[in-house]
Amino acid sequence: MGTDQDFYAGGADTAEGKVFTVTGQDWDEIAADMGDSDAAERIVVNMGPQHPSTHGVLRLILEIEGETVTEARCGIGYLHTGIEKNMEYRSWTQGVTFCTRMDYLSPFFNEATYSLGVERLLDIEDDIPEKAQIMRVLLMELNRISSHLVCIATGGMEIGALTVMTIGFRERELVLDLFELITGLRMNHAFIRPGGVAQDLPPGALDEIRSFVALMKKRLPEYAALCNANPIFKARLENVGHLDLEGCMALGLTGPVLRSTGYGFDLRKAQPYCGYETYDFDVQTWDTADSYGRFRVRLNEMWESLKIIEQAADRLAKLEGAPVMVADKKVAWPSQLSIGSDGMGNSLDHIRHIMGESMEALIHHFKLVTEGFRVPAGQAYVPVESPRGELGAHVVSDGGTRPFRAHFRDPSFNNLQAMGVMSEGGQIADVIVAIASIDPVMGGVDR
Amino acid sequence: MSDDKPAGPEKSVEQPAVEQSPENVPEAFGEPGLEVRAVGERQGMFGVQGSGDTSGYGGLVAPVVLPGAAQRPYGGWFDTVADALDPLIEQVVIHRGEITFHIHRDNLLAAARKLRDDPDLRFELLSGVSGVHYPGDAGRELHAVYHLMSFTWNRRVRVETAAPDGDPHVPSLVPIYPAADWHERETWDMFGIQFDGHPALTRILMPDDWPGHPQRKDYPLGGIPVEYKGASVPPPDQRRSYN
Repeated sequence: MGTDQDFYAGGADTAEGKVFTVTGQDWDEIAADMGDSDAAERIVVNMGPQHPSTHGVLRLILEIEGETVTEARCGIGYLHTGIEKNMEYRSWTQGVTFCTRMDYLSPFFNEATYSLGVERLLDIEDDIPEKAQIMRVLLMELNRISSHLVCIATGGMEIGALTVMTIGFRERELVLDLFELITGLRMNHAFIRPGGVAQDLPPGALDEIRSFVALMKKRLPEYAALCNANPIFKARLENVGHLDLEGCMALGLTGPVLRSTGYGFDLRKAQPYCGYETYDFDVQTWDTADSYGRFRVRLNEMWESLKIIEQAADRLAKLEGAPVMVADKKVAWPSQLSIGSDGMGNSLDHIRHIMGESMEALIHHFKLVTEGFRVPAGQAYVPVESPRGELGAHVVSDGGTRPFRAHFRDPSFNNLQAMGVMSEGGQIADVIVAIASIDPVMGGVDR
Repeated sequence: MSDDKPAGPEKSVEQPAVEQSPENVPEAFGEPGLEVRAVGERQGMFGVQGSGDTSGYGGLVAPVVLPGAAQRPYGGWFDTVADALDPLIEQVVIHRGEITFHIHRDNLLAAARKLRDDPDLRFELLSGVSGVHYPGDAGRELHAVYHLMSFTWNRRVRVETAAPDGDPHVPSLVPIYPAADWHERETWDMFGIQFDGHPALTRILMPDDWPGHPQRKDYPLGGIPVEYKGASVPPPDQRRSYN
């Protein structure tokens, strides 16, 4: 091989178009050459999949002309982990442990839509204890706050507003502390399960929640003060990522993007689940159909979530000691954990009950933990309003102890289709803002 | 499986069969008299297979039957939608308050157009496409399940269409619902259903050169045995399963 050959370049296999070989310091010649050729030069830029501004491992394929994006496409699948396939090899209760990891910023919503679907197939929707439903609402609304905070925080960081990021994560940490107190984990809780929730509220949780709400009422105005009328913030967000109602309808967009067009559609109001019809809250809309509108919708929705959390906390205060799992012993997960001197572990009361007191309890425990329960054959789809829009689990059973198929309609996956429409014709820098306003979570997109 | 069935007692010593009270009979789906279609077969119980089966349950064979067809009147707005779609419907299933219209793939485009444009229907939102693989449903192995919602009427329906494994073609709904674009690509990627008329039916989650369609039932989950404290734990798809 001669010295003029480049080992690393391999063979130039390009069959069409002009090939430029750049070896350094010959830019003038290249530029002169380009002047000769026809103007149909396409510049395709790969942004990501590891770019810090693309919300996880999202790859953007942008065709640009100067600073203007003429065509934009997404490449996804970098975080595909086969969760849906894996769920087919575990029991119905274990499925929660998998789906909670999909959209990792809103785990409770994944668990809730899956559990609601399984409960519908089991025909126990009306038997879920009231306290379990209220705890689900409480956790989902806390989760909505933490998810919106991450959206606003990372969205701010990407346009250079680092203070928005630091305060966003500061408040999110408080929500995660509450999750840790209630479920034992900051993420991947597997707490909402078919039949109810895994555990009762720990002592003191309601006080912590109330002090969190009081603190958030002081902190949320900081976001408004920092951003709402900030000329730089507005200049970056206003009229960027525009998508009107027709576009949302055609591309199936839901959630804050749809509500930023002025259409107040919210599944919590339109098709209530978990008793949302009994809570007093408003659906927040904006009428600009742009990134700024979506930011304001999210900011206002956090206030509404605080309202719901307060109501849920008041109701929970009256339900001390009430059951949190369905009474049917053939479905209810038998074991309750307890906190011992060495952390979370087996409940000694429960072990005494199954080993010394009740043969039936032992049988139920053994059967449910090893085999699980059977779910009548059929299919169900119970969507919930996640922070990003309609999240639904299509749950199919063949009458066995495992899901025959569980498919998640993830709002991030669907909404990311609008990326091209939102960014084509705009500047490269606005692509980032448009994507941040969709708020895609790649764990949910790729599943 | 019949070989493994333990020899039962002689006919002469067999106890007379207990008269079956209604609660001992498996629940019959759908309206009586209508044909129910088995989509598969469940064998054994408690995961026992082969010669290790001393329980006798390993020889059990039961059909997997999905909820059967409903009969008119369906009640409420279900009839409104069914009337509008009537000649295009193969079967209507109502289960747990959700209505499913089984529509032959040849009629799918016409039905979708009607569902979107008819002022009495107005299903503006296609929530997504979900593939389901029923290997035991001969001639209809691959199902594509669409969830539709009407903002105008606040209603939800499910539309299901099927294609045989040998001819996995279903018309694409992208011309009617542009939102179906990625969902159909995902269903192609995972199940191998070809959506005719899709603008660019390429893989979306798996790598472009991936062989096979991972979420089909004949595609193994994969995995390796894991050693833990001296014991070897088999991968999930090879563990004992409680079917």
